[in-house]
Amino acid sequence: MVGRTQPINPWPGVGAAALVAALILGTLITVALRAEAGGGFGPADWAALRFTLLQATLSAVLSAALAIPVARALARRRFFGRRVLIALLGAPFILPVIVAILGLLQVFGRAGWISDALGFLGLPPIQIYGLHGVVLAHVFFNLPLATRLILQGWQEIPAERFRLAAQLGCEGLTMFRLIELPMLRRILPGVLAVVFAICLTSFAVALTLGGGPRATTIELAIYQAFTYDFNLGRAALLSAVQLALTAAAALAALRFSQGDGFGAGLNRAIRRWDGGAPLLDAFWIIAAAVFLLLPLASVTISGFAGLFEMPALVIQAAVTSILVAAASTVVLLLIALPMATTIATGRYGIVELSGLLGLAASPLVIGTGLFILIRPVANPTALALPVTALVNAIMALPFALRILVPAARDALERHGRLALSLNMSNKSFFMRVILLRLRPQIGFAAGLTAALSMGDLGVIALFADAQIATLPLQIYRLMGAYQMQAAAGGALLLMILSMGAFWILDRGGRWHVEA
Amino acid sequence: MLKLDNCTIANSNFLLRADLEIEAGTSVAIIGPSGAGKSTLLETIAGFRDLKSGQIFWKGDDLTARPPGKRPLAMLFQDGNLFPHLSAEQNVALGLRPNGGLSQDDLKQVRSALGRVGLPDMGARKPADLSGGQQSRVALARILVQKRQVLLLDEPFAALGPALKVEMLDLVADLIAETQTTLLMVSHDPQDALRITEKTVLVADQIAHPPIATAQLFENPPPALRDYLG
Amino acid sequence: MKHLAIAAGILTATSAVADDKPKLTVYTYDSFVSDWGPGPQVEEAFEAECNCDLHLVGVEDGAALLSRIRLEGQNSEADVVLGLDTNLMSAAKETGLFAPHSVTADYTLPIEWTDTTFAPYDWGYFAFVHNADFPAPTSFRELADSDAKIIIQDPRSSTPGLGLLLWVKAAYGDDAPEIWAGLADNIVTVTKGWSEAYGLFLEGEADMVLSYTTSPAYHLIAEEDASKAAAAFDEGHYMQVEVAAKLAGSDQPELADQFLNFMVSDAFQSIIPTTNWMYPAVTPTSGLPDGFETLVTPQKSLLIDQNEAAAAREQALAEWLGALSQ
Repeated sequence: MVGRTQPINPWPGVGAAALVAALILGTLITVALRAEAGGGFGPADWAALRFTLLQATLSAVLSAALAIPVARALARRRFFGRRVLIALLGAPFILPVIVAILGLLQVFGRAGWISDALGFLGLPPIQIYGLHGVVLAHVFFNLPLATRLILQGWQEIPAERFRLAAQLGCEGLTMFRLIELPMLRRILPGVLAVVFAICLTSFAVALTLGGGPRATTIELAIYQAFTYDFNLGRAALLSAVQLALTAAAALAALRFSQGDGFGAGLNRAIRRWDGGAPLLDAFWIIAAAVFLLLPLASVTISGFAGLFEMPALVIQAAVTSILVAAASTVVLLLIALPMATTIATGRYGIVELSGLLGLAASPLVIGTGLFILIRPVANPTALALPVTALVNAIMALPFALRILVPAARDALERHGRLALSLNMSNKSFFMRVILLRLRPQIGFAAGLTAALSMGDLGVIALFADAQIATLPLQIYRLMGAYQMQAAAGGALLLMILSMGAFWILDRGGRWHVEA
Repeated sequence: MLKLDNCTIANSNFLLRADLEIEAGTSVAIIGPSGAGKSTLLETIAGFRDLKSGQIFWKGDDLTARPPGKRPLAMLFQDGNLFPHLSAEQNVALGLRPNGGLSQDDLKQVRSALGRVGLPDMGARKPADLSGGQQSRVALARILVQKRQVLLLDEPFAALGPALKVEMLDLVADLIAETQTTLLMVSHDPQDALRITEKTVLVADQIAHPPIATAQLFENPPPALRDYLG
Repeated sequence: MKHLAIAAGILTATSAVADDKPKLTVYTYDSFVSDWGPGPQVEEAFEAECNCDLHLVGVEDGAALLSRIRLEGQNSEADVVLGLDTNLMSAAKETGLFAPHSVTADYTLPIEWTDTTFAPYDWGYFAFVHNADFPAPTSFRELADSDAKIIIQDPRSSTPGLGLLLWVKAAYGDDAPEIWAGLADNIVTVTKGWSEAYGLFLEGEADMVLSYTTSPAYHLIAEEDASKAAAAFDEGHYMQVEVAAKLAGSDQPELADQFLNFMVSDAFQSIIPTTNWMYPAVTPTSGLPDGFETLVTPQKSLLIDQNEAAAAREQALAEWLGALSQ
């Protein structure tokens, strides 16, 4: 619709975006201003930059490439347990890093299940450490996300097109070229950019799976600058480089694709008439399930024993984490909903860009910046949990926007004219149309945020004292105190809580929703 | 009187000129070849499109700069006339109170409007649970409570069967007669135009021509209309 | 926004302090304050004799702890910082934020302690821990020649990682790059911190992990598991001495002095071995807990002088990066 007016007040969204940008860039500037020494870009930093770009590019390309056949298979097959499988496939994305590393290595490590099986056959163990290990781990984390994004694209193709193609007798490659390729061309740039940006900030995963200092990323260099060199100028400079790379990737993606997203509706398989290749589809679904679920199984198995002998502290931390996740989710919705409606009007690209910055913001920089800013006015430790909730919400914002924007755009396109002709106020349109129409997407975004916030170590480590701990922090403390079994139990509990929060909110959004 | 004073409407691929007047209380059909700009004309009058030049007046008031909801007119689109997540009653109520706050009195009006269009007991249903004809009736009930002086119809009944469409057009004719509403209606079908409109505006060759009596137009169609009618 | 305010209220309520006793704030590393660390017992013991409120704040690790102090500068909340080590001492002193201490004690350290700013509270040796049935090498050279697989920590993000760097440097000096080149094929991977490395070792990813000679004591005493051992290296073992100091800007200087003196007393020192799993700086009168006598005791203690540590670190890090980035 080309219209001069839309029933949306863009300013709350612009305000929210300004707030987000101020938080991310403001903390960065705060850190830079606090710096005593200058921040040069040494040869080691160039090496880190090269490796970061290399692994992030490979991870993004491979995640997207593998997600295509998996999403295609999931889009056109209906089978028992499909919805549960799709939900479970999302789990790696919300696991805390250290848990995911241990889970992955229990399967792919030198002493992992696969190497054991190979040993049984008299073969040497697989060599997982190296660039390929980094990419493997990043694909593990991001394949679910990429699959969901692409699956959504498939489900947004109107069924009529498939019907028409079937009627014309198109099959296989022709069908792909005619219908699916244009969709992929629209969706893929966004997928690549998101995964690329996520992998840019990888640190512990890249180092551990990379097998040594060859796998130094910019985020590690930032950490080193902060703690070991106390060179805040360098930390700020490196962080700015990360942000610039993300912004570049985001702008490129926005230029190549318009209106992508991964909104609602993962429960409906598209009716297809081309038959496809059932065996090939089965292969992709099973392969993805095995790859993604085995490490989760290993986390479950090793955590099971510890689950029943967890100290009360872990339970207490779990309650804290639930509170933080709940607060994060509320903050996120307060920021994301106005931003999504503003972006939906199609006139505030800058708002969208601000939402993406959260992908590349270094938690360390945000945390330190906030710490410097808060200290003159309040005790940062007392604000540890609210700050954690806020930062977690900002980190989840890019994903929430991907979910909310297409649905908001759709609601605006479909109902904007009617609302205008009825003289509905902006507020009324937001409360009575946007909120109600977007309920499934709001549930999905809230679920994802709660889950991410639950599993994220975030900035809590910078602010916490002995009395406060979220579950991920408590797990680290347990490991630091040799309590590996209790830590494994805590990790399993965390996985259950994350998945549970996601499931409840996601289902809640879909409850009694009519077309 | 609705007056389009020297109007130029610019779309991405064409220009449409309109310089015409329509008497208040008249029913007018808008007819013309596909792609000539019939819907564009209606959307412009409704305020969804900007004028490139010219002005629109209703009874002497300049509407040109007013947003759609502030114009004394109601419009039914080809589709999407109801909010799918609201009940029939809630949908109708929006015509009266677009921003909520329904009084007992208002509710009575809403129910009587639903009764008038023949749906006295369907208020609680959502659009998905209503047939196409019933959905159209709900939209008309809303038009009733909106009490606007001009009604714009952009082929809202196009998807209905012939008998049902006639039924709806008759209902529209009754309603505008009762309320003395001015009607502008886009139509493909000369029969529709003949059935309920007194005058017709022909949109062709980038011009929206001034209204002529409908019967007269079809008896002696100009060349552009002749081509269209075939 | 109302809900948010309520949530924030709930979240912040936990840190309220009720009474008006003088409050001593001690910044330390995270594992010190955890429930399994010395923190809770230390707090109870000190509060029993000081009529004060001891507030322990945990910051990630020693290096992050120093960064925090530098970030807060003159007006830090902290009265005492506990948990830096000898490698960080000179950088810490350069900040000028610390005040001299008045602690005297009969230290049972393998070295003589003369520093007037920092007082030691415990110490240990870095060592490679392995399963007792593994035929461990007895030197870096033997390790480099063997097929043994090790996991180490990154010196840029972890204290033990930095310790290993200085260990090799102290033992081999200019030959350190050669040693690292030899070790390259033994290193399975390098982790961000101790927890990841130790976790991977327990899962069987490597034969040995960089930790402390005292690590087997944990398994022996807390888990009654004698299956872990530390490898004794002929070159000697690098020491880590953990220290504390009073901040010059403290508003409780007397209480801070009292705490530092308490730190080297029996009450504090007897808590250390089975909570921090390190050797106490002053052996308590009751002696070391049973099980500590089974630990390997190095022939030779290595420690780079604190004034040279910073420069040695720069050089050693460059050599390490060079050797392992091939």
